[in-house]
Amino acid sequence: MSQVVEAPVEVQKPSSKDVPLDERPWVVIVWNDPINLMSYVTLVLQQLFGYSRTRATRLMLQVHQEGKAAVSTGTREKAELDVSRLHAHGLWATMQQD
Amino acid sequence: MRRGIDRRRDGSYRVRLPSEERDVLAALPSQLREALDAGEPTLYRLFPPAFVDDDESNVEYAHLVGAGLLEGKLAALHELERTAHAESLTEAELRTWLGGLESLRLVLGTQLDVTDESYAPLDRDDPDAPRLALYHWLSWLQEEVVQALSASLPEPSDPEL
Repeated sequence: MSQVVEAPVEVQKPSSKDVPLDERPWVVIVWNDPINLMSYVTLVLQQLFGYSRTRATRLMLQVHQEGKAAVSTGTREKAELDVSRLHAHGLWATMQQD
Repeated sequence: MRRGIDRRRDGSYRVRLPSEERDVLAALPSQLREALDAGEPTLYRLFPPAFVDDDESNVEYAHLVGAGLLEGKLAALHELERTAHAESLTEAELRTWLGGLESLRLVLGTQLDVTDESYAPLDRDDPDAPRLALYHWLSWLQEEVVQALSASLPEPSDPEL
C-alpha cells in the first residue's frame, strides 16, 4: 500500500501525524562543525551508542557532507540524556520532536 | 623513534612526547580555567543549547546539566595537567586526555574562528600563526589519542548496530 506524503524528507514514519504531540519520538541531531576531527566524531558515536565502526562512520560522513545527522531517537528524557552526553564530549547536538 | 601514543599488549598506553611539548600540555589547562572563570564568550562552544528554537527549554536544560558538564570538563583538564609528563597511561587516563584535548581545541578553535580552510599551510605573516600552530599540534595529539583508543574498541556483536 502506498500513500502520498506531503514532505519528501523524513518519510520513515508516515503515521506520526496521527500520534498525539506529546507521544511523538524525539530525535537527537548532531551538527557539522569545523573543529571536531572526523575520527573523533566516529569514536564518540561508537562509544556513546555502541554503534559499529561502519554505522558510526556513515553517520559522521552524513554530518560532514550534509551538515547534520539524526543519531538517536526516543522519549524526551532519553533524548535529553543523549544530548547531554554528546555535549560532554564536545559535539554540537540538539533535539527536536519528529 | 615514532612520536605519539601507542597501545601496549597489556592494555596500557605508551606516550612518546618531548618534554617541552609536555610542558605546553601541562600549562594549557590553567589557561582554559582562567577563561572559564572570566566567563569568556567563546566558551559558549563548550555548553551548546539543546534546543534550536526554544529558549525556555534551553534555560531548563542548562539548569539541569550545566553544572555537571562544567564539572566533567574541569576534571578532565585537571587530569590532563596531572598526567602531562607520564610515560604510560591507563585507558581511563587516556580517555580524560581525549576530553581535555577536546575542550582545549574547541575553545582555541572558536577563538581563532577556524574553518575547513584553516588546515591550509600557515601564513607566517598572520598574527594568529603561532596559536594556529598550537591548534594544529593539539589536533595531531588528539588524533593520536583517537587512533590509540579506536584500536581497542570492541565491535558490537549485533551487526545491525
